[in-house]
Amino acid sequence: MQEALRFLVPDAEPVDRTDFIERARRLRDAPEASSRRGLPLSIRSLHKSFGANQVLRGVDLQIPAGQFVAIVGRSGCGKSTLLRLIAGLETIDTGSIGFGEATRPADVRVMFQEPRLLPWARVLSNVEVGLGRDRASSDAQLRAEQALAEVGLDDKRGQWPAVLSGGQKQRVALARALVSHPRVLAFDEPLGALDALTRISMQRLLERVWHDQGFTAILVTHDVAEAVALADRVLVIEDGRIARDIEVDIARPRRRGSAALAALEGSILRDLLQSADETTEL
Amino acid sequence: MSLIESLPRIRRWRLPRPDGLVPWIVPLAIVLVWQAACVGGLVPARVLPAPTEVASAGWKLLLSGELLRNIWVSFWRAIVGFAIGGSIGFVFGLANGLSQLSNRLTDTTLQMVRNVPHLALIPLVILWFGIDESAKLFLVALGVFFPIYLNTLHGIRTVDPQLIEMGRIYGMSDGELFRRVIFPGALPSIFVGVRFALGIMWLTLIVAETIAASSGLGYMAMQAREFMQIDVVVLSILIYALLGKLADSTSRALERLTLSWHPAFQK
Repeated sequence: MQEALRFLVPDAEPVDRTDFIERARRLRDAPEASSRRGLPLSIRSLHKSFGANQVLRGVDLQIPAGQFVAIVGRSGCGKSTLLRLIAGLETIDTGSIGFGEATRPADVRVMFQEPRLLPWARVLSNVEVGLGRDRASSDAQLRAEQALAEVGLDDKRGQWPAVLSGGQKQRVALARALVSHPRVLAFDEPLGALDALTRISMQRLLERVWHDQGFTAILVTHDVAEAVALADRVLVIEDGRIARDIEVDIARPRRRGSAALAALEGSILRDLLQSADETTEL
Repeated sequence: MSLIESLPRIRRWRLPRPDGLVPWIVPLAIVLVWQAACVGGLVPARVLPAPTEVASAGWKLLLSGELLRNIWVSFWRAIVGFAIGGSIGFVFGLANGLSQLSNRLTDTTLQMVRNVPHLALIPLVILWFGIDESAKLFLVALGVFFPIYLNTLHGIRTVDPQLIEMGRIYGMSDGELFRRVIFPGALPSIFVGVRFALGIMWLTLIVAETIAASSGLGYMAMQAREFMQIDVVVLSILIYALLGKLADSTSRALERLTLSWHPAFQK
């Protein structure tokens, strides 16, 4: 299926190669570029319960700065809870999450499955929301416009979100997450509600902005193919623990549907299905 | 292709008027039928005077200045009563929508008061205020309070919690969260309340003026009944209909202005 779709989505993004390099150079030369590296994450024996339901039972995890980590697992395995804990949306029961030198940076941004745009704000002001307290600064609009251009939607700045397609809304949400140049960006099934073609072009966009900006990326997903296509490292969570920790040692840019990706995807899926079978036998 | 292209032309040929006049076709037709029925002798003038007679009664009252004075008095009472009751309802709706404590403290009481028909208070209000202005304002304010209170509360309660979470992640302060997320999210529901309240506003005012007043449209109608001036009675009823329509159009215009983001208001 993915192989077949590859012919429908041209390999080259709407932006051509020279544009890509030009943008990368501009970002590298930007004055704040040096401080815009990702933050490392260090998670120690993390536990979280909701009532009697133990969701996370001791997660230990080190993520180097700038790594792209995908977290997969079956529904209810605790992967979204882990992400919400990292983003500070839930409180930690026991254990700790450290971000390099800091313990609780304001630099974590989250992108959800739903775009969560304010329907009563134009696209550009929705992106400005992402600036947080910098919204009032004089260059707020310029930065928002740059972020919109980054996701290829600068021509939609004056539209209401209601007129955008699902993929465009999600790109606005991405621009809103990127506008503050976060050092950690967490994605909670950001492409789950999109159709197959839009998903593939969004995956390329995510990979590109991660490559450009160098933030630490944490992607929670159901889709193992998506995980192996995007991530440096895939974590499989089962029963509230990290069951497998797999380095994806495949050079970028990765060819979707290549034998190496397919083999890795197959092996992870086999594991997940096997443990699912064991659970049903019990 | 030619068929599709010709469709709008066919419509234009059938409806040569601008679209804005379409809603007035039915009222106009009713007036015409009514006039015909009166002229033809189907309806005796003592039961229902012809539209032309009503118009001439209106013209006479207009010349004497009585009509405009009464409309103005009623209009002023309606606006002031609406402003008072509406703002109190809005404030309570906000407080109870945003604060659990405030809600637990006052909601039960308000629900009990709500279930008393506010027009049942007329005897009490006359005893308290006489047939003073404050009596009418009190009743209008009370009538307008509840639809605005309930719909503001409902609007705030039903703001998408995912948007609120989003606002918090992006570091919005409480004030900003209210201004940028909660209030705009509650606005469509608040407008539903406003439109309900406008209907109640006229109802309350007319009843109050009919029973206890010495000026205003309701009073004018009651006076006319005393002197068997049925044309003036019918005239007042028609004016209520027009004022009601005016209030509704105003709130719709406000809705269109503030809810232009809403898919329902986009063209």
